[in-house]
Formats: sequence, C-alpha cells, structure tokens
Amino acid sequence: MVTRAVAALSRFTIRARCILFAGPSSRHISVASSIMARSHVNCEIKGDVAVIRISDPNSKVNTLSLQMQKEMTEVMDEVWGNSAIKCVVMISSKPGCFIAGADINMIQACKSTEEVTRLSQEGQKIFEKIEKSPKPIVAAINGSCLGGGLEFAIACQYRVATKSKTTVLGTPEVMLGLLPGAGGTQRLPKMIGLPNAFDMMLTGRNIRADKAKKMGLVHQLVDTLGPGLKSPEERTIEYLEEVAIDCARGIVNKKLALTKEMNMMQKIQDHVMSYSFVQNRIYSTVEKKVLKQTKGLYPAPMKIIECVKAGMEQGPDAGYLAESQNFGKLAMTPESKALVGLYHGQVACKKNRFGVPEKEVKTLAILGAGLIGAGIAQVTVEKSINTILKDITEEALNQGQHQVYKGLNDKTKKKSITSFERDSILSNLTGQLDYSGFEKADMVIEAVFEDLAIKHKVLKEVEAVIPPNCVFASNTAALAIKDIAAASKRPEKVVGMHYFSPVDKMQLLEIITTDKTSKDTTASAVALGLKQGKVVIVVGDGPGFYTTRCLAPMLAEAVRVLQEGVDPKKLDSLTTGFGFPVGAATLADKLGIDVAAHMAENLGKAFGSRFGGGNLELLKTMVAKGFKGRKSGKGFYVYQSGLKDINPELKEIVESYNMMPTPAVSSDSDVQYRLISRFVNEAVLCLQEGILTNPVEGDIGAVFGLGFPPFLGGPFRFVDNFGADKLVEKMKTFEEVFGNQFTPCQLLLDHAKDPSRKFHRLIH
Amino acid sequence: SMAPVVSTKSKKTLSKTGVKNIVLVDGVRTPFLQSGTTYADLMPHDLARTALQGLLNRTGIPKDAVDYIIYGTVIQEVKTSNVAREAALGAGFSDRIPAHTVTMACISSNQAMTTAVGMIAAGQCDAVVAGGVEFMSDVPIRHSRKMRKTMLSLNKAKTLGARLALLGSIRPAHLAPELPAVAEFSTEETMGHSADRLAAAFGVSRREQDEYALRSHSLAKRAQDEGLLSDVVGFKVPGKDIVSKDNGIRPSSMEQMAKLKPAFVKPHGTVTAANSSYLTDGASAVLIMSEEKALALGYKPKAYLRDFVYVSQDPKDQLLLGPSYATPKVLERSGLKLADIDVFEFHEAFAGQILSNLKAMDSDWFAKTYMGRTSKVGSPPLDKFNLWGGSLSLGHPFGATGCRLVTTVAHRLKKEGGQYGLVAACAAGGQGHAMVIEAYPQ
Repeated sequence: MVTRAVAALSRFTIRARCILFAGPSSRHISVASSIMARSHVNCEIKGDVAVIRISDPNSKVNTLSLQMQKEMTEVMDEVWGNSAIKCVVMISSKPGCFIAGADINMIQACKSTEEVTRLSQEGQKIFEKIEKSPKPIVAAINGSCLGGGLEFAIACQYRVATKSKTTVLGTPEVMLGLLPGAGGTQRLPKMIGLPNAFDMMLTGRNIRADKAKKMGLVHQLVDTLGPGLKSPEERTIEYLEEVAIDCARGIVNKKLALTKEMNMMQKIQDHVMSYSFVQNRIYSTVEKKVLKQTKGLYPAPMKIIECVKAGMEQGPDAGYLAESQNFGKLAMTPESKALVGLYHGQVACKKNRFGVPEKEVKTLAILGAGLIGAGIAQVTVEKSINTILKDITEEALNQGQHQVYKGLNDKTKKKSITSFERDSILSNLTGQLDYSGFEKADMVIEAVFEDLAIKHKVLKEVEAVIPPNCVFASNTAALAIKDIAAASKRPEKVVGMHYFSPVDKMQLLEIITTDKTSKDTTASAVALGLKQGKVVIVVGDGPGFYTTRCLAPMLAEAVRVLQEGVDPKKLDSLTTGFGFPVGAATLADKLGIDVAAHMAENLGKAFGSRFGGGNLELLKTMVAKGFKGRKSGKGFYVYQSGLKDINPELKEIVESYNMMPTPAVSSDSDVQYRLISRFVNEAVLCLQEGILTNPVEGDIGAVFGLGFPPFLGGPFRFVDNFGADKLVEKMKTFEEVFGNQFTPCQLLLDHAKDPSRKFHRLIH
Repeated sequence: SMAPVVSTKSKKTLSKTGVKNIVLVDGVRTPFLQSGTTYADLMPHDLARTALQGLLNRTGIPKDAVDYIIYGTVIQEVKTSNVAREAALGAGFSDRIPAHTVTMACISSNQAMTTAVGMIAAGQCDAVVAGGVEFMSDVPIRHSRKMRKTMLSLNKAKTLGARLALLGSIRPAHLAPELPAVAEFSTEETMGHSADRLAAAFGVSRREQDEYALRSHSLAKRAQDEGLLSDVVGFKVPGKDIVSKDNGIRPSSMEQMAKLKPAFVKPHGTVTAANSSYLTDGASAVLIMSEEKALALGYKPKAYLRDFVYVSQDPKDQLLLGPSYATPKVLERSGLKLADIDVFEFHEAFAGQILSNLKAMDSDWFAKTYMGRTSKVGSPPLDKFNLWGGSLSLGHPFGATGCRLVTTVAHRLKKEGGQYGLVAACAAGGQGHAMVIEAYPQ
C-alpha cells in the first residue's frame, strides 16, 4: 500500500543497461580468420574491401578499452597504407553488441581532470582520423551502439544497422553524469539537427534502428534473418556484412550517395536552423527546460549544451576543446561518481545471489486484482508465465484485468509491441474468482488488504489447495512477514515481496526473508523478480522492512514542518530542491493520507518516539474529514480537473496543531537536512541491525523505490560524500532541539569518528 | 492392367487393406490470367462456375451424381462468401447437392480436396467435387472502420437532425479506404518481404532466383506449346473472346531480369517482380471418388490420392518453409523414400522460397536443429521437379493452385510413366501441405 504512491517518486531512472561498463564476464574467443592475429580487432581483406571485425575476448560486450583503441589504430594505419584496399567495413562479431561504449573502468582509473581530458582528446583524435579517412568506412551495426560506440559510428562515412530489437543507438553518458566526450557533442548536432541531438544527449535514451533511420542517424536498415543453414544470429551478422560491403563498394563507385536527398520540408528546416537567433532560441529553451528538471543539481546537461554551443558558435576547435575539458571536469564530480555507483549497484541487483532455484516459476497465482496485483500480473504475463489473477468480486477482477489490458495496449499504441503480440501476451492471463488451477501454481503472491487477519485467512485457504513445493509470497509494505507466516504450515515457503506501484513502471522489488524462509524460497522469489525485469534487493524482516522504515521518519518530519507553518507548496519545493523527484506533501497525497497515518501509527508503536515528530493526530483529523489524498480528490492539495491547489480547509486543521518553529533549526537548508538526515540515519540503522545486508542494496532501494536523489547516489553514498562527521554534527544540533528523533545511530557515529571508514569502496 | 515387372520402389503400391482407395477421376482449370486482364469484369463465382462446367463436360458426370461440392478460396467476395454454393448452382448442378467453402491461404484447394477424401473415407459420400478459385481483379476494398461505424449508426439514426449530425462528423480521415494486403496478420510482414529474408537466410542469390524463374517460364512455355497443359478448359468470357491459354508465361532473359529493382527489401533485396508469382485470376476443379464408385460409373481414374499431411511453423521466420516440413513427414507416413518419387510438383510462391526449401531439405543441420529429425530428407532432383512450369510462370490464383498441382502430377505420371508423385505447398500463416499420389495402373 505504501508502495502505491512512492511510485511517482522514482521517475528518474537509470535506463542504460550496458552503457559504458565493461563487466567481468564470460570469455568469447573470436574466430581468427584474419591475416593479422590480434586479440580485439581483426582484419580480413576481401578483394578491395577491408572487413574489420571487433570482439573483446574478455567480455560479453565490446568497449573502447585502451587495448581496443591501440589495435584499432594499428589496423587502420595498415588499411590506410595498403593501396589495394579501397574501402572499409567496421563490424562487431559479437551477437547483440556493436560497441557498448567507452570502458568506464578506464575513466574511473584516472586520478585527475587533466588525465580524463587527455583520454577524451585521444578519442577525439582517433575519430577525427576516421572521419577524414580517404577510404570510405561503413559502420555495420547490430546490437548496442552506445556512448563511445555511437561516437565511433558517427565518425564513419556510412552506417548500416540491423532492425534487431537489440540494435539501439544512444548517448547514455548523461545518466552517468558525463557527456559524449569523443566528438559526440560536435558531430551529432550537425548530423541530426540541434533538437534531435539535444534530445538524445540530454535524455540519454536509446534510439531503435527504425527511428535512427528516420532521424538520419543511420543510412540503411537490414532485416534480421530467421533460420537458414546457420543460426539466425550468425547469419544475420554475415548478411549485415554482405550488405555493408556492397555499400562500401557502392560509395567507391559513386553509385551510393553519402548525402541524402532532402525533401522540401527538410531543406526549409535546415535553412531556418541556420539562423543564429533560431539557434539561440533553442539553447535558451533547452537550458530552461534542463534547469527546471534538474533544479541545477545535475551538472552534465548544462555542460552538454555548453559544448554544443561552443562548436556551433566558435567553430570545431573550440567545440572539441570544450568537450574534452568538460568531460574531464564532469568525470571528477561527486554527481558522476554517485551515478556511476548506482549503475554498478543496479548491475549487482540484477543478479541472483541465492543461486538458481530448484523449480522455475511457470505458473504464478496472484490474489487480489487491485493496482498492485494487476501490476504484478502484467509484468508476469509479459514474460510468458502462466498467470492466474484471482479476486473475490467480479467488479474488482474486471478492473484488474482491464488494467493489464490497458498497460499492454498502451505499449501497442506506442508501437513497442504489435496488437498481435499484445493478444498473445494476454493469453497467459486467467482471471477467476475461485481457487481452481492453484494445484498447478509454483508460486502464489497475495496482494490483498493490509490486514493480518485477512492475510491469515487467505494463507490458510491457499495452503489447502497449492502443491507442497509452492512458494507463498506476501506483498505487504508494513506487516511483518513472520507474523503472516505464523499461520503457515510451511513457514520455510513464506517470503515477502514488496512491489512498488505502478508495478509496470517502478523498477524496485524489495524481498523480505524471515529466519525461517529457506534459501530456495528466496532464490525463487529473486528469480521471478529478475524475470519480471525488476532490480531486486533482499532485506531482513522487521517493521517497515527497509524502504517503508526509511520513509516513515522523513514523513513524520514533514508533518512537523507543516505544523511549524510551512505550507505544502513550500515543503514540496524544499524536497524537490534537494533532489527528490516528488515533494513530500505531494508524495503523502499520492500515498494516501490514511495509509500514511496507518503506517506512522504502526511503526510508531514498533519504534517508539524515534518515529515521532509530527503529530499523528493531524493526519487522523485529515482522514476524518475525508482528506485522504489524491484518491479522494482532497489531501494537502485539492485535485480538480487535472489541477492541484493547496486545500483551503487545511489551514484550519494545521493551525489547531500549530507548533512554534525554533529559528535556529528552521532555515530552508535546516528543514532539508532535518528531512534527509532522519531518512539517512534510519537507513544506516537498518544496516547496523542487519535488515540490510550491504550498503549497495540500501542505496538501490532508496533511489529506485523511494526516489532518493539519484545524484547523491543513495543514503550510504551520501554519507560517504557528505561526511558522516558533518552529518552527525548537524543531527546533534537538531537533537538538542527535538530530542531522540535525531540521535545518530552507532554505525553513523563510528563513521563520523573515523573518516577513513566508508560504506563504499572509494572511487578516486 | 499390370504392375511393372521389376520395381525398385520401396513399396509396390500404397494400397492398404481395410482402407478405401480414393481416386482422382479428372481435373480441369480455367486458363490462369494475370489479374486485371480478360477476366477483369467477372466475379469469382463466374470463374468457379466455368471450372465446374468444364469438369461436367470433361467427365460427363450426371449433374445429380455428385454428393457434395467443396471450394477453396482466400480473398472472399462478400456477396458470395460461400462461393462453392453460388458456383454450383450457376454451373447447373442439382440444387440438392450441399456445398461449402474452405480457406487455408494458398493451400485452400488442397484443403478442399483432402476434406473430400475425408468424407469419402468416412463413408459419408462416394463422389465429391473439390476445387478452388481466386479473383484478384476485384478485391473487397472497405471503408475505414471509423466510416463504417458512422454509416452503421446512420442506419439507426431516427431523425433528420441525428442523421445530419452523423454526416457532419465525417472527416477526411474517415475516407481513407482499407485495402486487403498479402501480409501476415500476426507479424504485419508482407509475404514478399518474408521471402526475401528467407532467401537471405539460406544465402540464395539474386542470380539463382532469376535462373530458377527463367527455368519455370521456359518449361511452362514448352508445356503450353506441346499441349501438355490439358487440364485447361476454354472460357468464353461474356463480351470478350474465348480464352484458352494462360497469359502470364513470359520467358525473358537473364539480362532483362537483372534490370529489375527489388520489390520488397530495398535497396539490397533479391526478390523482384520477375522471380515472384504474380496476382492471378483463375479457378480449378477435380472430381474425387471412391475407386468402387468410379469403376461402377465406368470411369478410368487418373490416380490414387494417398497420404497427406498438414504442417505449421513460425509465421515470421519460417513462413514459407512448409514444403520442407511436410515432405519428410508425408514420405514417412507412406513408407516411401525421396528416391521413390517420380514426379514432384511444388507450389512456387517465389523462386527464392523454392530454392530455400530445396536447401533446407538438403541440410542435416536444419533437419536436426529445427525439425527434430535425425537427418535430412534430401533435395528433390530438378529433372523430376515442376517440369511443366509452376506458379511463377503459370500463375497462382491462391485458392485454386492446389488442384492444379494434383492434376498435373496425375498427368505427368501418366505421360512420364512414373508411379509416385508428390505435391507440396507453403501457405500464409506459416502452414504447409504435402500429398502423395499414386498413378492408376494402366
């Protein structure tokens, strides 16, 4: 339930999958059919064409590592020196990956801005030579072509890409607090125009092949092939190479034009864009938009704009210089380091540390077709798992099934799936009011009302019909799993699975294990979560687990702030100003004031005065008046026809619980730190108490589940960067005024005492 | 009649004790014409009617001696959705003979024939006419869904005001028509596009495809010139001349064919208008009986219709591989080997599709990896393969091709003195069919 609203919090997501990072992974040995034996790059000469094949033998993906760059330079020098070669095809022999980006470890290994700047300049130089190659180079792209990989491709004279779903082009650097540092900020605007280039570089989003063709990012598309005399993947790459070779020869024979014929509309557009006042207008619009979205907390987007501007206004030399220098600067910012840390954390939370479960979940039953239940159903049927969605009334069931349909149909509208795929996915869903078919379920997830008695009732009903090896998972935001498991005949099969709403959008899944939960049960829950595409953290059982427990004290503090006379709008701007995607008051409204009150009361009972601060009665009074938040149309705000305004009746309620603010701890900054420090202290306490296994999961859970400011990297990275001593100092000031709600926990104190203690391994 | 004295075949005959022998008495077809030519002003049932009348004339069967009539068709004319019935009535068959229409893409008339075989085997009928028809000169082009909805509401509107309001709601977007596409519903891919990808997957070159297409046209031309296409019955088209020949046979030269641009995958595709089958109007019909009935009526049957199979596979990447799956399966059913087959008649949707199937059948890797077989079935030798032309050259009226294939096998077996023939075809939806035909002893 808490989950419902927290949803909106985490709008900022790290989308990049295999951006810049060369992970340790399986070894692929590239087939060396080349005349020169190298480990990463080989070159086969087919008549007048040099086919250069890239494959990093130490990784699943190709990255522009130092070794790759070195070999590429050597090979290109040979190609340029060989008069028999007229043109070049650049292709990867790895399935699903052209080049996924620069090697992030290479950047992380740098100790200074200057060192990173030099890296960038070396990259720029290599790509400049590629761009000026007297022999046309065709980039043949299958799979991810991201970051440095894209910059490489756009330096080539021609690009051919497969229509494979794995083929994506993009500049995800911004999501790591960086910018495209090997010519990307200079070439992209010229190639696809300012608006498209800004869209790509500032959002970091992946562009599919068909879209890339429309944008002018690639020249030609190649279909993926099915079975033939070789595997589809292998033959598709061969086919791509054949087409690319034809293109390369076509360019040499002048049968293929390098510049596309523009239609009248494009000509007009280009002409309009060439006026500097139009360009300036774009810059200022984009800058405004960026500032509004980032609140000035993320340096990378502004630097990207700066680089583009420098190139457009002062010419390429100034542009490339600005790019390399800003790249160096950004790499050293704490924001970039935090974002890179989150990326690594996300990769870690996409693995199942509990091993492979004995039985794969092939049939999942879900109890409760509400928002969460239906959301779980949607992400499950999408993975071709038979899913039973059960409720007790036809009305609720109908609504749940409609939600699943709508979720999928929206994807059809966006053309990410066809209507046929939608129908075929939906065929995995069975909606029903009884327990038929539960005898085949491998796992049951209950998402019924947050009431222990009801949970016990369904647990018993379910256990009467499911097979012995079936896992029973409870989707709860607050009830202790061991209390739910108390009614079970087989507590080792009971686990908590806390989804966040909307389930199809929110990436986090918090799995809760009790002392009795078996390792295989946990492994099974994690495996399902990963299959559903979730980032999974596994935490211990206790009131509020991890996420709810961190959120509660912050919300209690928010209530106190309101009681001190800060209005909801101001409270919201203070929280979003700190980097939360959604303000605290809006969040409470989305969560439901009744839910927040319920949560505060329960956790208050469990943890005592540490969870106090704001007066719970304020929330209860609101509930009594029907101000239950967004869902009832009124909460801290009034919601009418898409608009929201402060609830005029709120003032009276707040005044009856009025508290006098203490000026010494009530500046805007104080208020922000009061809110954040209670969150962070509780997170650290969770680690201290063993609710959390490690700080990485703590950071991931806070960012992806609760919208903790991503540029801070999560509560633990925040402590490391901000300084535990400084935080403790602030908390002690607050403690003097407010008491034990601000008493730093022991682990935080330990870190404050010894500055060398960090939660995360230090990145230079 | 006598069986050959020395037989190298795996089996002397496919006759099984306790199983009824079912025979092809005869088969006919209208000339196959490129759509938009002489048949342009007709309706589908006119073509089907002509084929039925041709069959009546050819066999001289009494108009009430048939128990049932089945037709296959793909693109249905909405006015004659049960085209079998309309054509039968128009052809002068007794109105007491039930008729139904089946659809299974390019193997619709195969489905009509095997349905007939099933009815006879089950003892329901003794004599059934099966056929197929396709008329691409006129296809149902619909109003847009929005427009249809408005028009249907218009019917229900009671007041003038309500009608005017509905008419006023019509926007230019309503007027865009919906054309039927030769595209898969499930994948939205046109068949030509899929064929091009298939050819690429099997590494079939443009040159190989053009050569195969040229072979098809040359063989068809020769068969036409030598009068081997005896299944064709003349058609007096109202207001026009008598049509007595297929009009799509056009042997060209490799040079001419090489000039064409790819039709589907641009610019590097290999499937062109010249190496694909074209939109065709035409109808076919066959008379199928139990052997006893045929003999009782005094017929000399042309062939036995033996084992048949239907297969289906991934409609995206294996859309046109039906023959590769169906051939080994039907041979296994009949206990024959590929070498036992004297006459092969495969439906030629695209030259690239035929050549891909030949390569797939010749690949152990494909047989093991995709068909779950221990080894390949082998590729049919070209000197037994589609010797009188094929769909590429003769034309391909979707619903009618199956009967042409079966009749051609019977005629070729007789002409070439073979014993066993094999028909195979692919169809939209990723389906396929194969049938073994045995020559009727001379």
